[in-house]
Amino acid sequence: MPGKLKAKIVAGRHLPVMDRASDLTDAFVEVKFGNTTFKTDVCPKSLNPQWNSEWFKFEVDDEDLQDEPLQITVLDHDTYSANDAIGKVYIDIDPLLYSEAASVISGWFPIYDTIHGIRGEINVIVKVELFNDLNRFRQSSCGVKFFCTTCIPQCYRATLVHGFVEELVVNEDPEYQWIDRIRTPRASNEARQRLISLMSGELQRKIGLKVLEMGGNAVVGYLQCFDLEGESGLVVRAIGTACTLDKLSSGSAPNTNTHMHPNTAPASNACNSPSKDGKEPVFVEDLPSSSGPPTPFRALPTSSSPPPFSPSKPCSRQSSSSDTDLSLTPKTGMGSGGSAGKEAGPLRTLLRQQTQTALEQREFPFFTLTSFPPGFLLHVGGVVSARSVKLLDRIHNPALGNTRSYKLLDWNSVTADEPETRDAWWEEIRQEIKSHARALGCHAVVGYSESTSICEEVCILSASGTAAILNPRYMREGCLDIGCTDHRFEEPSPPNCGFCHIPYDELNMPFPAQLTYCYHCRRQKVPDVLFTTIDLPSEAAVAGKGCLIQARLCRLKKKAQGEANATAISNLLPFMEYELHTQLMNKLKLRSMNALFGLHIQISVGENMLLGLASATGVYLTALPAPGGIQIAGKTPGDLSSEHISSIQKRINDTIAVNKELYQINPPKLFALDPEVFCGINMELAEEGVGSPIPEPRHRSRLFRSHSESSDELSELDLSHGKKDAFVLEIDDTDAVEDIHSLLIDAPPPTGFYSCNTENMPGISNWTSGVQMFTSVRVLRLSNANLTNQGLNKIFTDLCENLLKSFYFKLRSMIPCCLCHLNFTVAVPEEELIQVTVTAVAMTYDKEQTQEKTAEKPVNKGSLEAEEQLQFPLELCADSSSSNIQTASKISGVGESTNMSPRAASVDYGSFADRCSTWLELLRLKAHTIRRGSVKTSRRTQSLAHSVSSLERCSPLQEGRSRSLRSSRSFGGSSVTVVKMTPLSFLPGTRIIKYLGIINMFFIRETTSLREEGGVSGFLHSFIAEVFAMVRAHVAALGGNAVVSYSMKECVFMENPNKNQAQCLINVSGDAVICISETDQESSASTANTGQTGGSETDGAT
Amino acid sequence: MSVELDVFVGNTTIMDEEVYQLWLDGYTVNDAVKVRMEGGVMDECEASKDVLLSDTMDQYRTFQMCERLLHSPAKLANQLLFQIPPHRQIMLIERYYAFDDTFVREVLGKKLSKGTKKDLDDISAKTSVTLKSCRRQFDNFKRVFKVVEELKGPLVENIRQHFLLSDKLARDYAAIVFFANNRFETGKRKLQYLSFQDFAFCAGQLISNWTVGAVDNMVEDMDVDLDKEFLQELKELKILITDKDLLDQHKSLVCTALRGKTKVFIEMEGSFKNLSRGLINIAAKLTNTKDVRDFFIDLVEKFIEPCRSDRWSAADMKLYLTHYTNSAHILDTFK
Repeated sequence: MPGKLKAKIVAGRHLPVMDRASDLTDAFVEVKFGNTTFKTDVCPKSLNPQWNSEWFKFEVDDEDLQDEPLQITVLDHDTYSANDAIGKVYIDIDPLLYSEAASVISGWFPIYDTIHGIRGEINVIVKVELFNDLNRFRQSSCGVKFFCTTCIPQCYRATLVHGFVEELVVNEDPEYQWIDRIRTPRASNEARQRLISLMSGELQRKIGLKVLEMGGNAVVGYLQCFDLEGESGLVVRAIGTACTLDKLSSGSAPNTNTHMHPNTAPASNACNSPSKDGKEPVFVEDLPSSSGPPTPFRALPTSSSPPPFSPSKPCSRQSSSSDTDLSLTPKTGMGSGGSAGKEAGPLRTLLRQQTQTALEQREFPFFTLTSFPPGFLLHVGGVVSARSVKLLDRIHNPALGNTRSYKLLDWNSVTADEPETRDAWWEEIRQEIKSHARALGCHAVVGYSESTSICEEVCILSASGTAAILNPRYMREGCLDIGCTDHRFEEPSPPNCGFCHIPYDELNMPFPAQLTYCYHCRRQKVPDVLFTTIDLPSEAAVAGKGCLIQARLCRLKKKAQGEANATAISNLLPFMEYELHTQLMNKLKLRSMNALFGLHIQISVGENMLLGLASATGVYLTALPAPGGIQIAGKTPGDLSSEHISSIQKRINDTIAVNKELYQINPPKLFALDPEVFCGINMELAEEGVGSPIPEPRHRSRLFRSHSESSDELSELDLSHGKKDAFVLEIDDTDAVEDIHSLLIDAPPPTGFYSCNTENMPGISNWTSGVQMFTSVRVLRLSNANLTNQGLNKIFTDLCENLLKSFYFKLRSMIPCCLCHLNFTVAVPEEELIQVTVTAVAMTYDKEQTQEKTAEKPVNKGSLEAEEQLQFPLELCADSSSSNIQTASKISGVGESTNMSPRAASVDYGSFADRCSTWLELLRLKAHTIRRGSVKTSRRTQSLAHSVSSLERCSPLQEGRSRSLRSSRSFGGSSVTVVKMTPLSFLPGTRIIKYLGIINMFFIRETTSLREEGGVSGFLHSFIAEVFAMVRAHVAALGGNAVVSYSMKECVFMENPNKNQAQCLINVSGDAVICISETDQESSASTANTGQTGGSETDGAT
Repeated sequence: MSVELDVFVGNTTIMDEEVYQLWLDGYTVNDAVKVRMEGGVMDECEASKDVLLSDTMDQYRTFQMCERLLHSPAKLANQLLFQIPPHRQIMLIERYYAFDDTFVREVLGKKLSKGTKKDLDDISAKTSVTLKSCRRQFDNFKRVFKVVEELKGPLVENIRQHFLLSDKLARDYAAIVFFANNRFETGKRKLQYLSFQDFAFCAGQLISNWTVGAVDNMVEDMDVDLDKEFLQELKELKILITDKDLLDQHKSLVCTALRGKTKVFIEMEGSFKNLSRGLINIAAKLTNTKDVRDFFIDLVEKFIEPCRSDRWSAADMKLYLTHYTNSAHILDTFK
């Protein structure tokens, strides 16, 4: 009996009138946990009852504690008829199960009814007494901390990053059961809410178990999603990154959890003790197959005699042109890739191999994190993504499900699908992602996420991430020891440009890319454009500000059923991805930027159309070459006069110039000329003497704009568009003109506004305390059935643009301000409806300081030179480990192949790709592709090895930054705590001192009186407000005052205006925290913690 | 193509004071958009009409949802649905309970009943305050009336605590409640020149001097009802006009005091007896409810109008009344 749950019902207030005659209510409360129910006395004739009940005690397994919510039902006592339910409160007691999180849940909770919404509030106190359980075979995973935050949480320090954890649970959807026909909508909704709550609890427990097996104590970047598959069931799935986190004592510098640098890192106990090292198998050979639980990354610190090293040897590894090669990659491992150090930089190779060894061990070297401690991320390859179209009805086999799922159900007719089916689907996708990453010469995928889009029986599974090479230091235990060795060599490449350096072999590039020497260090090659799904590394050197870049696309599709439908969709997918990619690239050029961060591509399927929305934050990385301009070329001079073309060209050039001004892009280069100037200038190489010139023949290739092109043309279509100086848009038909116009439609944000979809706004870091999180939903009805793709595109683009305009207008009082973490979600809820849901946060910043900061950039070069001299010793040890790993990876490769489940009977996007040739594969790799103008350098550029964060430290703490925050918190005399919410991992001007646990809530709201509630808008408006209120109440009850990493994962809205009905499902999550104002903290702890003054930069780094 | 659904919800509820005022003033969404466009917000943020419309709709919805809470303002502070900073809450309440002087002038002293509510459209037409706004204001009066009716303690303080209003607004509401309770007639043509603030001042004076609360401060309805005993005692003043000697004595005392101090001395001396009779008669009749209602009209007809026809200034009036009262105190009968 490992736990005792105690609950006390104190009082209620603002209850609804349940008895019309007396205008009062005779309320009592039922408290239920598992199968045990307690009741309070009836408090007669009061709308503000005082129950002050005894402590209700539940003695339960910790397994149940994790799965079950505490269910509190408020009822109106009725002597003659059945008691009427007023509403319910579900309290997730998970936060009470961590030793260092909340110790009590106490506060006012809104009483929620799925039909009437919030009906009054109830004051409850909940406590848990946990007994230590030494049972090795326990099913619970109490104590494992969960964080939605996609970085190492503030006030923690990651001693070890174990890697990817995933799990999914399947059950039948109560809404689709026979019993639903005879029960009330309320009963049905409540069954659903309860089931999902149980399933999330179970899922979290199972993930926790995996983490414990891996030796971790926390999951960071926890992402849980629901798939409402309708008839075929309900899937709750989650992914995350298992870590071992150490809590930083409040005495030590709070924000230095990023410091894995041995010089500054305080000695961690775990790291120094040799016994710890011996506790777990050090070597990969111990791993029988990849199906077992992944172990922490570990690399060999000892060195034996290294095999001969041949850096110049050309490699024989798979070329990107071959699909089959790619699919083989995971099985053969990086045998060939790892054996020869054929990369340009030997040090890099070495480091990579070292990490590879660690990473090879695990099935999926994926990380759901999007920002990392400095030095963690060595190189970034580019975006990798995979999609697969599945038919849901095909797998409708009433096989025996997970035994645990049965327990969850209150009914008997269970025909849940085997979770293994879904597992296999995701396994397939992840394998594909892994192989893509390999093709980019990367051993890991960071910023990894998964999503689905379901329409009837068709389901698109998508996964995407950023291929990367990680620093092995973080992958193994006893990092400090290793750190000492590493320390002697310093970083392999300067931190502010190193991640841009290509991880793949320049002679055998996985796709045609134009490489130049890094504009920072001049020693390594960089691509001309970089696309990633992660946040901008805090140490990256950028010029000017970033901005939100969106590509939007609609594609009509014929209505179809079953396999035909799935085929049609998978045929459309590559075209959509291609076009989205082109749009992104064009828009990036138009803003004179050269990198995208936080790229998120969503493809939503509806009955008669597909919607694609790609959002990212564009930025100018000074390490990368300046982007070329966009050149307009006419194909048929008869159609369009050259005058017309030149006018368009002029508009584009003007836009670029305006944007440069707007985003303050003044790259710190002497040769930073207008991109147009470069058009036609012969490529000359950097006269750096660092490496030999890269031959780069110029030739222009056409950008194919429509897929009406003949198929033979298609086959030669190369996403890279060949290599050319400037990006050429060819106007061959009116569609192309439309496209160009639509490019120019994107209005820049009004003065005083910036926008991005990442955690950090590139170029802005001096946040003031104004924070406004918001959710906005817009649904558009397409009245015209005969719409063309072009027309649809326009409508969709306008919808998104108008939403942004609305935000700017509404938030105009916050100027100067930045909309951060703009998260757009699109859906096609019905045939002619388009739904866009946006959650973001507006944050005010200090305008004056920004300018100062961008103006001065410290130059720091000395360390670079020093590093070069220290390369050799590292090679020795690294190479030996790499050889060891090869064998290991081969072994595990076999395991993997046997593990591969047969493909489900469904149309697979991947198999479609098999039929097509190279370009499609490239398309999916979606790495930096389109070429830009050449650059001539005649001088040595200064390497600006400045670190933004160091600058931050120097900046004095702004006066009054926390003033407004505090004033708003001091809520004069009222009992309601102000709870701030933000989708970011930090709150400006404050420091998080405690994480109280994860908030993961699912609500259903239904109405049968839609008109009376103010129509669909009124209904949804109050529902969203209610959801916010319930989240805030739960956080406040935990003792918190903020929610960070908040996200609305699901917002499914269905209406039937004719019946005056509507229903909506919302799932939200986040981390409940206590944060204190930095100025408060400063006064309490006088220790100079320099790192934290710079709000976003440092936070992002953690 | 049409926008089916459009909502924007902030964690901190966003409210534009300008739109709030338009909503309170009873503008429809479309009219409000027009007003805002003319106001020039569009230039502020490169907004279009659609943006303005969407924003206005959102805000109107928010206000509608808040309205329920505004009916019992104390709830606004501890409700959980909207996160509104305290200073905003104060603004919301203050503005919600604010009223148009022209409107309140029309209903002042009337019974706050359904019957009066039915006449609101006439009042709306007359005052050019929108019907919606009239209804809100009327309902506010009624709500405040109902709540304070059952409360003990000082009227103004009760209103301020229950509705979290500013002192000024609480005093105005006290006047409205006081007038409604005593049903003072204020609608007659002869009273039209008096503004609400004039009456509010009178109400303040009456409440502090003539009510039960003026004597004992812990009785129910203490500030709302006139002190019956006091009114009864007023009858004794009749001696001032019925006793010829006393009347002359009083007159001579007042005249001595005023001689040379006012330009209208001659007129005053001439009409002293009439004026005194008028005042005392009004006072003596106040035990009668019907006469209480006519208090202001009587005062105007019997006292103010004669004075005005003699071209008294306000200062003359003040002087006269001061000495009228003081002299009465000197008389033996009242010593």
